[in-house]
Amino acid sequence: MTLQMNIRAMKKTLVLIAAAAGLAFAAQPALAAGEAKHPRSGGFSFEGPFGTFDRNQLQRGYKVYREVCASCHGMDLMYFRTLAEPGGPFYLSDQASPAENRFVKALAAEVQIADIDTETGEPIMRDGTAADRFPNPYPNATAAAAANGGASPPDLSVMAKARHDGANYIYSLLTGYAAVPQGLQIRPGQYYNEYMAGDLTPFMPEGTEHVPPGGFIAMPNPLTDGQVTYDDDTVASVDQMSKDVAAYIAWASDPKQEQRKQTGIGVLIFLFIFAGVTYLSYRRIWKGVAH
Amino acid sequence: MSDHESTYVPKTGIEKWLDTRLPIVRFGADYMALPTPRNLNYWWTFGGILALCLVIQIATGVILAMHYVPNTEMAFASVERIMRDVNGGDLIRYTHANGASMFFIAVYLHMLRGLYYGSYKAPREMIWIIGCLIFFLMIATAFLGYVLPWGQMSYWGAEVITNLIGAIPVIGEPVLIWLRGGPAIDNATLNRFFSLHYLLPFVIAGCVVLHLWALHAAGQNNPVGILIPKDREKKDTLPFHPYFTVKDGFAIIVFLMLFALFVFFMPNALGHADNYIPANPLVTPAHIVPEWYMLPFYAILRAIPDKFGGVVAMFAAIGILFVLPWLDTSKVRSMRYRPTMRTFFVLFVINGLILGWCGAQLPDAPVIGDFKTFILIDGDLNSYLWLTRFATLYYFAFFAIIMPLVGLRETPQPIPATISEPVLGGDAEKG
Repeated sequence: MTLQMNIRAMKKTLVLIAAAAGLAFAAQPALAAGEAKHPRSGGFSFEGPFGTFDRNQLQRGYKVYREVCASCHGMDLMYFRTLAEPGGPFYLSDQASPAENRFVKALAAEVQIADIDTETGEPIMRDGTAADRFPNPYPNATAAAAANGGASPPDLSVMAKARHDGANYIYSLLTGYAAVPQGLQIRPGQYYNEYMAGDLTPFMPEGTEHVPPGGFIAMPNPLTDGQVTYDDDTVASVDQMSKDVAAYIAWASDPKQEQRKQTGIGVLIFLFIFAGVTYLSYRRIWKGVAH
Repeated sequence: MSDHESTYVPKTGIEKWLDTRLPIVRFGADYMALPTPRNLNYWWTFGGILALCLVIQIATGVILAMHYVPNTEMAFASVERIMRDVNGGDLIRYTHANGASMFFIAVYLHMLRGLYYGSYKAPREMIWIIGCLIFFLMIATAFLGYVLPWGQMSYWGAEVITNLIGAIPVIGEPVLIWLRGGPAIDNATLNRFFSLHYLLPFVIAGCVVLHLWALHAAGQNNPVGILIPKDREKKDTLPFHPYFTVKDGFAIIVFLMLFALFVFFMPNALGHADNYIPANPLVTPAHIVPEWYMLPFYAILRAIPDKFGGVVAMFAAIGILFVLPWLDTSKVRSMRYRPTMRTFFVLFVINGLILGWCGAQLPDAPVIGDFKTFILIDGDLNSYLWLTRFATLYYFAFFAIIMPLVGLRETPQPIPATISEPVLGGDAEKG
C-alpha cells in the first residue's frame, strides 16, 4: 500500500463529490410531454456576481407595473419607501431617509389609501405616504377572484423568486402570447401562452403527435406597443416593457440583492486572503513534522 | 490517548482558585492538548466544520425567531419582512436557509469518511451511534424548519411527511391528529413545528457533547485505522493545538467560501421556487419535492408500492446505520487496505447520488430517451420507479449483505504496524 494509491483513491472520491454537486444542481423535475418553452434570456444587467440593476430600467419597469399590472396584481410586501432604498429605482444619494425621498413622496401622494379617521374611527380615504404599502386593487382575495373569472391574480411581490429563472420567465411570459396552435380548444377566459406551465395534450385533437409547448393562462395579453409613455427616450415596445417590468419585479423580489452581491465580493476576497494566511501558518506549524 | 495525563498547570491566582472548584480551564487546556493522530487528512476536518455549522444555525436561528411570526396568516410575510426591513435580515435568513444545506453537505462527507475509514468499528461504536442520532435529529429539524416560511413546498411537504405517520396501522390516524394538532395542517401545526424547531437544535448540541465525550474516551480513528499503542503515543500523535486547530481552521475557511458563494450570489439556488408562493391548501403543486438533502430517502420512500412499506423502508434506511458496527465483519478498519470493499464503497456513493437524482424525478418518467420498454409488475422498466428500486436494493444490500460477506471473505492488504510507517517508511520524527 503506497501513498500514491491513497492519493489516487482520494482523487477518485473527490471526482465523485464534484459529480454529486453537479447532480444536485441539475436535479430538476423531468420534462413531461407538452412542457412549457424554456424561458428566453432578457439579457439583464443584474445577472452574474458583478451585475447591477439599471436604475432607469427599474423606473420604467415600475411605471409599467403601476400603470398596467397594478390594475389587477397587488404587491402587498412592497412599501413606497422601499423604492427609495439604496439600490432602488428612486434612491437619491442626498435623501435624508427613504421616507423623505421626494420622488417617492410624490408617487405615494398620488394614490388613495383606505384608513380610519383617527378622531371618529370612520373609514376614510387619504393620500398615500412613503410609509404606506402599495395599495391592493381588490379589497380581499375573494373579490379578486370574483372579478377575474375565479382566478385570483397572484401577488407580484416575490414573483421573480417564485418562478424558476424568474426575471427571464416573466419577460418570456409577457412576450409569449403566440398565435393559437391549430386545433387547440380554448375555453372562454383562457389564453394560450408558450411559456405557461401546463400540458395541452387533452385540448388537442386526439392523436396529435406534436403537442404545442406551453399552457393556458387566465391573463389576456396585457401589453400593446406604446401603452406606457416612458419618461426617457426609450421606445415602449411590448418587448421593452416586458423586459423593464421583469427587471423591476426581480428587484422588488429581493431589493437587497445588489448590495448583498457587493458585500459578497468583499467577503470572498477577505476569506481568500484569510485562507491564504491560514495556509501559510499551517505550512509553518507543520514544517518538518511528518504526517 | 483517552487517559492521557493532564499537563495543565494553573498559573494565575484566579486559575488556581477556579481549578479546585470548577476545573473548567483545565478542561479546555486538556482538550487543546489532546493527543491526535498525526496522519489525519482533510476528511477529518468536517467535525470542526459541523460544529461551526451548528453554531451558525443556532445563532442565526435565534435572531430569526425574534422577528418570525408563527401564524399561518403572517408567517410568509414575516419571513419576507425579515429580508426587507430587518437590518442585515436578508443575510441572516439566507445564511440560515443555506446553512441547512451546508450542514448536510458536511454531515454526508463526515459520515462517508467514517464509513470509508471504519471509524464506527470497536471501540468507537458509541461515537457512531450518537452520530447517527444527530443525523436523524438534523433531518427532523431541517424538515420542521422548512415548514416555517409557510410557502407551498412548506405546506405540502408537511402534508406528505405527516401523512406517512397516518400510514401506520391502527395507531396511525390518532397519532397523526395528535402530531398535527388537529385534523389538518393548520395554525396549530405551524406553532408546534416552530416550537420543536427551536428545541431540537439544543438536543443536537447535547448529543454533540456526548459525541465528543465518546470520541475522547475511545480516541480518534485515523486513515490507517490502527489503534495507537500506549508506548507509541508520543511518536504517533500531536497535540490538537496548534497542529489541528490550524488545519481545521484552514478547512473551515475554505468551506466558508463555498458557503458565502451561495449566500451572497445564489441564495435560492438550492431551494425550490414554489416555496416563494404562499401556502395554499387548495392548490397542490405540480411536483412536490423535499430539499436536496432528503431526496435519497424520499426516493426510497417512493420505491415501495405500499405506503406503510415505504415508511418502514425510509426509516430502515436510517435505522440500519445504527447497527452498522455489527454488520461489518472485517478485522481491518480502513478501506485503504480493503480493495474489494473500496470498490463497493465507490458504488455506494454513486448509488446514493442516483437515489438523490431519482428522488427529484417523476417516478413514471423514462430514464433514458423517451421510449418504453416493457412493464415489470407495476411500471415500465425504463422509468425512475425501477431505477429507484434497484438503487434502494443496493443501498440495503451494501449494509446487510456486502459488508458482512466481504468482511469474511476478502483478503485485506498488509496493514502497517504503526501509523508513521506509511508516511516515512519508518519513524515519524524527521527533524
